[in-house]
Amino acid sequence: MKRLPLSGVLIPLLSVLVAMFFGGIMIAVQGINPLYTYEVLFETAFLSFDGISVTLAKATPLILSGLAVAICLRAGLFNIGAQGQLISGALASAWAGYYFVGLPTLIHIPLALLFGATFGALVAFIAGALKAYRGVHEVITTIMLNSMVIAIADYLASTPFKEPDQPLTRTPAIQDSARIPDIFGLPFGFFIAIAFSIALWWLLRNTTTGFRIETIGRNRNAGWYAGISVKRVTILSMLVGGSIAGIAGAIETLSITGRFEPAFNAGLGFDGITVALLGRGNPLGVIPAAILIGGMRASGSTVQFKTGVSPEIVDLLLALILFFVTAPLLARLLKRRHENVAITSGWSN
Amino acid sequence: MRLKTRYPLIVGLVLVFAYFYAQNGIVATSVSFSAIQLALPLALAAMVGVMCERTGIVNIGIEGTMLISAFTAFFLGAIFKDTVLGVLVGIFTGSMMGLLLALMAISWKMDQIIAGVILNILAAGLTSFLYRQNYSIAGTLSPIEIPILSDIPIAGAILSFHGPITYFGIFIVVALWFALYKTSWGLRSRAVGEYPSSADTAGVSVIKLRYINVTIAGGIGGLAGAYLSLEAVGIFERGFTAGKGFTALAIMIFGRWNPLGAFAAALFFGLAQAVTSQLMIDEVVEIPQQFINILPYVLTIVILAISAGKVRPPAAEGIPYEKEKA
Repeated sequence: MKRLPLSGVLIPLLSVLVAMFFGGIMIAVQGINPLYTYEVLFETAFLSFDGISVTLAKATPLILSGLAVAICLRAGLFNIGAQGQLISGALASAWAGYYFVGLPTLIHIPLALLFGATFGALVAFIAGALKAYRGVHEVITTIMLNSMVIAIADYLASTPFKEPDQPLTRTPAIQDSARIPDIFGLPFGFFIAIAFSIALWWLLRNTTTGFRIETIGRNRNAGWYAGISVKRVTILSMLVGGSIAGIAGAIETLSITGRFEPAFNAGLGFDGITVALLGRGNPLGVIPAAILIGGMRASGSTVQFKTGVSPEIVDLLLALILFFVTAPLLARLLKRRHENVAITSGWSN
Repeated sequence: MRLKTRYPLIVGLVLVFAYFYAQNGIVATSVSFSAIQLALPLALAAMVGVMCERTGIVNIGIEGTMLISAFTAFFLGAIFKDTVLGVLVGIFTGSMMGLLLALMAISWKMDQIIAGVILNILAAGLTSFLYRQNYSIAGTLSPIEIPILSDIPIAGAILSFHGPITYFGIFIVVALWFALYKTSWGLRSRAVGEYPSSADTAGVSVIKLRYINVTIAGGIGGLAGAYLSLEAVGIFERGFTAGKGFTALAIMIFGRWNPLGAFAAALFFGLAQAVTSQLMIDEVVEIPQQFINILPYVLTIVILAISAGKVRPPAAEGIPYEKEKA
């Protein structure tokens, strides 16, 4: 899609600023200086090497979950299920991480990532197949699957996969051979995420698969007339999205948390929705969006410590950003054409 | 539900109830009682869906509408120590969410799915940021004893002693059914949902009617939220609505966009949950709690998968209305 390069960057950027303005009002109402709050936020997230390292670590799963949503958006599917796919992948990779003993690192890490991708894709497949063959809207199925995966993962981590002899609901720690290391103090997973962004960008631009995805995304009927198997491409897009979300969970497990614990991955997949729309559904645009949001997430607790603003301010900011980036308000103010993302299809068609 | 399946279903339910009642009277009544309580928020939320979709607006923001209304109802109810005021605040909040959806979907012609998701995320963001601990309300809305009805054996114990929102909610279901099928407002609304351009030609203001309906529907969603925080439990937690707003959409479809059908579907959901919990308590079956909790979600997906292709949503659903230019 050819877009004016300026408005592709300008509107997301403005959305963030306007969201921060309204968020600032909410902070000021509590009697706290919003400018100081934002200063602390950005200083913590972006102005020191350690800060940047943490920000990139937080951005890693967001890039991937953002990609999981973005690739489906390109196919005209709204994958709200990145959260469930991510948790499924996180648990599967944690299992592969602790169950296999004595593997060399170079085999163990890819194996655990593969487990994550497979189980993320499995969850997405259910939604994709129901969409393709039964016409059930993916928004409903993916949300229901999110809740189901969370409950099932909770059960698995509390009974069959539970770490023995301690009270917490969690799996044993992964083997050292499955741990993803930092390189030069920066999280290695971040570079994997960037590689996925570039690969997807290339896939959409230069391959027939990418062309098929984009075509059914713009017009399912046109795709069908052009001889594209809409069913197959629908399922394929969900599989790609699900496996990337699964890898997001796997990288989080293998590099940050070191095991699966139900509360660990809360919200990462949902942030992916904001990341994808802020990045305008572009696999490369997802990267700066994720770094920005990762930075906010990374500095939340420091902000609370220094200013007293609760870390949930980030949730509020993200919601506002999402609103302003998708609503045509700002585009109208700038007298630019707003491209409405169109993904509506009825509940059963 | 189709007419031909309706009566066998009702007879079947009565027989099943009679069987369980013969086994254990007290348990059978209490399960039925809690089925109604579990069904009510789903039924009200499904009314939001029915009312919006019948006029051609897809509303997947019901979850967020309920969440933020439960929030404002609870906290303003707690601050002013006035539960009834809380309910009114909840209804108002819900209708504002409806208005916001109308603005995005009708005036800005945004994709309605995205607009709904924005409502949900805004509600989640606002409520989790503003949430404070250590607030409590003066008390949940007290149950009402319906005169005469409560003296009838079995039925009295099941149908009486519910809270005021429950009875008002049932009234809304019936009233909405009546209004949709027996009044000119209903005819116009349905016409706007099916074929807006001919409704327009007939002199109905499509935009205005959609705005009004979506806003009122939001108010019903607000009532559903207030029910959760002020009548059902008397607390508020983050993420309190737990997917009920989405389950409601499946209930709406199961009920074929008909208020009475949706109410029956909601009762089915409520009963399924109540029976499973009871089986757990009786230790008849040993299912992990987590699997009990996912029952409504599984039902939602199964029902959607089965009913797809067999039911027909309003034709103009999800399409922004543009006046044809001569």
